[in-house]
Amino acid sequence: MSLTEADVKRIAHLARIEIEDKEVAPVLGQLSNILGLVEQMQAVNTDGIAPMAHAQDVSLRLREDRVTESDQHEAFQAVAPQVEAGLYLVPKVME
Amino acid sequence: MQWEVVIGLEVHAQLSTQSKIFSGAATAYGAAPNTQACAVDLALPGVLPVMNKGATERAIKFGLAVGAKINRTSVFARKNYFYPDLPKGYQISQFELPIVEGGSITIQVGDVEKTIRITRAHLEEDAGKSLHEDFHGMTGIDLNRASTPLLEIVSEPDLRGSAEAVAYAKTLHSLVQYLDICDGNMQEGSFRCDANVSVRPLGTDKLGTRCEIKNLNSFRFLERAVEYEVVRQIEIIEAGGKIAQETRLYDSDKDETRSMRSKEEAFDYRYFPDPDLLPMKISEAMIEEIQKTLPELPQAKRGRFMREFGLSSYDANVLTASKAMAAYFEQVVNQAGAANAKSAANWVMGDLAGALKRDNLEIAHSPVSADRLAGLVKRIADNTISSKIAKEVFEAMWQGEGDADAIIEAKGLKQITDTGAIEKIIDGIIAANPDQLAQYRSGKDKLFSFFIGQAMKATQGKANPQQLNDLLKQKLAG
Amino acid sequence: MINSSLKQLAAQLAAKKISSRELTQSYLSRIETLNPDLNAFITVDAEKSLMQADAADKLLAAGLGGVLTGIPIAQKDIFCAQGWRTTCGSKMLGNFIAPYDANVIERFNVAGAVNLGKTNMDEFAMGSSNETSHFGKVKNPWDKLAVPGGSSGGSAAAVAARMAPAATGTDTGGSIRQPAALTGITGIKPTYGVVSRYGMIAFASSLDQGGPMAKSAEDCALLLNTMAGFDNRDSTSLDRPVEDYARDLAQPLNGLKIGLPKEYFAEGLAPDVAQTIEAAITEYKKLGAQVVEISLPNTQLSIPVYYVLAPAEASSNLARYDGVRYGYRAPEYKDLTDMYKKTRAQGFGAEVKRRILIGTYVLSAGYYDAYYLKAQKLRRLIAQDFTDAFKLCDVIMGPTTPTTAFNLGEKSDDPVSMYLSDIYTIAVNLAGLPGMSIPVGFGANGRPVGLQIIGNYFGEAKMLNVAHQYQLATDWHQRMPIL
Repeated sequence: MSLTEADVKRIAHLARIEIEDKEVAPVLGQLSNILGLVEQMQAVNTDGIAPMAHAQDVSLRLREDRVTESDQHEAFQAVAPQVEAGLYLVPKVME
Repeated sequence: MQWEVVIGLEVHAQLSTQSKIFSGAATAYGAAPNTQACAVDLALPGVLPVMNKGATERAIKFGLAVGAKINRTSVFARKNYFYPDLPKGYQISQFELPIVEGGSITIQVGDVEKTIRITRAHLEEDAGKSLHEDFHGMTGIDLNRASTPLLEIVSEPDLRGSAEAVAYAKTLHSLVQYLDICDGNMQEGSFRCDANVSVRPLGTDKLGTRCEIKNLNSFRFLERAVEYEVVRQIEIIEAGGKIAQETRLYDSDKDETRSMRSKEEAFDYRYFPDPDLLPMKISEAMIEEIQKTLPELPQAKRGRFMREFGLSSYDANVLTASKAMAAYFEQVVNQAGAANAKSAANWVMGDLAGALKRDNLEIAHSPVSADRLAGLVKRIADNTISSKIAKEVFEAMWQGEGDADAIIEAKGLKQITDTGAIEKIIDGIIAANPDQLAQYRSGKDKLFSFFIGQAMKATQGKANPQQLNDLLKQKLAG
Repeated sequence: MINSSLKQLAAQLAAKKISSRELTQSYLSRIETLNPDLNAFITVDAEKSLMQADAADKLLAAGLGGVLTGIPIAQKDIFCAQGWRTTCGSKMLGNFIAPYDANVIERFNVAGAVNLGKTNMDEFAMGSSNETSHFGKVKNPWDKLAVPGGSSGGSAAAVAARMAPAATGTDTGGSIRQPAALTGITGIKPTYGVVSRYGMIAFASSLDQGGPMAKSAEDCALLLNTMAGFDNRDSTSLDRPVEDYARDLAQPLNGLKIGLPKEYFAEGLAPDVAQTIEAAITEYKKLGAQVVEISLPNTQLSIPVYYVLAPAEASSNLARYDGVRYGYRAPEYKDLTDMYKKTRAQGFGAEVKRRILIGTYVLSAGYYDAYYLKAQKLRRLIAQDFTDAFKLCDVIMGPTTPTTAFNLGEKSDDPVSMYLSDIYTIAVNLAGLPGMSIPVGFGANGRPVGLQIIGNYFGEAKMLNVAHQYQLATDWHQRMPIL
C-alpha cells in the first residue's frame, strides 16, 4: 500500500491542515517511511484474534441523570478567539 | 411506466433527560446562548465524556416497545468531521454495535394496517446550532444543544409513499411520547426526520439510487418533500437521466428539495471505537426493571378501547393517537361510566378537539378538564339537558364559568321533562295560533316545525325534544 | 536541602524548620538561575506559587498538613490548572489559560501541595526528545548537548537539576520512563486507569497515563498516593479500593522472581547500557532475587502497532483545535475551511502534523481494517505476551532505553529512528501495565542509564518496593549533575 501525493493532499484536507504544493513531496517521503515501519504488521496472521480497544476488560459506568454543571460561559469565553452576544463567531457557514 | 416509491426514514428523537448524554449540563430548551454548554460540551482540552444512564434506559425502553433486540454490549464510536457546531471535531455515536437492533411498528393508512421493520436505533449526541444572522458577515455558534442525547431510529426501506411515510412518522412520534422518552416537540427540534427516497419500476426488486432529504421537522414538510422528490426523480429517469446519490434539503418556502452543495464533497467519517468510553454492557436486571415500566402501548390501547367501550376502529384510532388524548378520554369514561363511552368519545373528538384547535391549545392545557367534561356527559345521559343545550354548557365551561351542574343551575338550563308542564305550554301555543292550527289540520304538515319552534322559544330550548315532539303531535291531531 | 527526600522535606515543614514559602522561594530562585539555560519550565508564576505556599503554611501552622502539604511540585504542562497557562508544548494553546483543574491538579491542591510551575514537553506529548516543543528544546542537566528525553523532558530535567523536589509526567509510549532514564531520576507509569485522565490533555486516550517523576521510589510512592484514585469524570478510571503505594517499601526481596525478556537484551542494545543493566541485576541477586529468562515474542511489533493506534487516536483527539472556542486562530483566511486549515497548519508543529496525517490515513475509508483493526488485534497478542510472562515471574526487568541520551538534533530529522528508540517502553502502554524506570548508573559517555521495572496489573506497590530496596542498597538516585 504505497502512498501517493494525491493521498497526502486528500488526508491533509480531511485533517484540515493546509499543505503547500512544495511540502507535498517531503511529507509524502516522511509518511511513507512511517508506513514502511508499520507495514511489518501485515506479516502476522491475526485470524480469530479479537481486537483489543482497552487495556482493562471492564464495561462502561453509567452516570445518574442529574444536572451538575452551572453556567460558566463568561469564564469559558474569556479564552475564545472571537465572541459576540454569547456566541462563538466563525467565518460564514454555507449550507 | 409505473413507478414504485421506496422510502426509509431516519428519525432523531431527542431523549427527555435532564442532563446531556455525556455531561452534567442541562438540556432545557431556550436558554441564553452557550449558558448550558459546559467544559465537556465545549470540548476544552482534557475533558472526557461520561455516559448518562437516563439516555440508556430510554433507548432500552424504546427497543422493548418495538420488540427489538437489546444488544447486551454496544459500542460508542467517533464519527469524525469538521464543522463549527461540532466542538470535538467528532460526534460520539454508535456505529457497528448499536444498542437496539430490529423490531417493528404497525402503521395504519386508511383502513389498511402495515408493519414497518426497524433496522436499528442508536444513541448519539446532538450538535450545536449555527446562527446565520449577520454578525459582520460571520456565523454565530451556540453550543447549548451540543451533546443533547438523541436516539436515531432507522427504518428499513418499507415505506411506499408519502402517506405511509407520514403515518410511520406519526406513529413513531406518538410512541415515543407514550413511552415518555421524548417530548415530541417538533418546533423545538425534539423529533426530526431524514427521508431516504428512491423510485424503481413497479414489480422490480432492485433499489434505485436514493437521495437523503435532511432535517424535516414537520409531518407536512415530510409529506411535501417526499412528493416533490418522487416527481423529481421520476422526471429525471424518464428523461433518460440518472439520479445522483446526494443529500438534499427541503425548502418549505419554495416547496422543493435542493442539493446541499456544502455537503457535496465525499465524506470519510473515519469511524472508530471511542477510546474514552468503554463497551456499554446491559444487564438482564436492568432490562427487567425497564420492562416493568413499559406503559400500555397505542396498539394495545386501541384494541382495548374497542373491546371495553365498544368504540369503532376509527374512533379508537383517533383517541389513541396521542397519549394525552387517550388519558383524557379514559378519565372522562371513568367518571361518566363505560355506558357513556360513545358519547364521551364524540365529545372528545368533536367539541373538545374543535375548541382546542380553534384556540391552538394542547389537550394537557384544556380549560375543560376531563372530570368536568364527564360531568356534562352525565347530565346528557340522565336527560338533565339536551345535547343541544349541552353545547352551550360546554362553551360556558370553556370560558371558565364553572362545572356543568353549576352552569345548568345558574343559567336555568335544566331540561323540562314534566309532561304536564309541556302540555301547558303546547296548549298556550295552540290557543294563540288558531290559523296555523287550522292549516295544519287541513293537511299542511310542514307547519309542525312552526309549532316546535314556538314551543322551543317558549321554553328557551329546554323542553325535552322527544317528549315535546310526541305531545305536540297528539295535541295537534286534536 | 535540594537533595532531600519528600519525607525529609515534610518533616522539616512539620517541625517548622522551614516554611513552605521559604521552600518554594528557594526552588523558584533555583529555577530563575538554571531555567534560562535548561528550559525545563514553560511557565513559572512565582506569585501564584507563593500564594499556595502561604495557604499551605496556614494549614501546617494549624497542624492540618498532610505528607505533601507545602511541598512544591512541578506540573507537566499537559495538566490543566485553573488560572495557569496550559500549553501542552504547542503554539496552538500558547495563550490558553485553563478555566478548570485536571483531576491530578485538584488532588495536589487538596493535599496542600504547591504548583511550582508548568514544565516543558514535546508538543502534545508527541516525541522522545523534548525537541518538538513550541517553547524550545530542553537540555539534559547531565550533559547539555544531550536530550533529556520526552515527552516529559521538562519534568525530568527539573527533577534531575533539583529545580523541583518532584514533578508529574504522562506516559503514552514511554514518556515518563524514557526521560526518567535519560536524566537519572525515578518515574512510574501506573496501570492504565489508576490515575484520572480528566484535565490531562489527550494524546492517545487508550494509552495515556499520568504518573510521578521524582528522585526516588519512595518519593514516587508518596506522590502516587495523592495522584491515584477513582474519578467519576473519567469513564476509563478504575473504581478500586484506595491503596497505600508505600505499604510494601520495606519488604525484603528474598525469593523475588525477576523475568528478563531475551528480546530486551538482543541486537540494538548499546553495550554500555547492557553492562550497566547487568550490574543492576547482579545487585538484585545480592538482595535475594532470582532471575528467570522470559520471552516477549511480539516486542518488535509494538512499534508498528503503536504508530498506528496512537496517531489514529491523536488525529481525532486533536480535531478540537480548530480556532473556534479557544487557542490559536490564524490571523488571515478566506473562509471557514481556510480558517481551519491555516489555524492547524500554523498552530501545530511538524511532528504533530505528521502524526495527525498518519492517523487520518489509517482510519480512512478502505484502510481501517488493514491498519487500525489489524493493530488492535496485534495489541492483544502483545498484551498476551505479558500475561504469559507473569506466570513465570513477579516483575520484569530490562533497559528502559537502548542507549543513553542521544545528542540534541541527532534524531530530530529522522522520525523513524526516533520512534525505534521507544522499543522497550511502548509494549507496556499497549498492555496497560505499570512500568517504571530507576537510575542504575552511567554509560560510557557519562550519561545516565535507567533500569525498567514492569509490574503486573496493579502491581505498583510491589514495583516501588523492588525499586526502593535497590535504592536503599545503592546511591545512583542520589547523584546530581554538576550545574
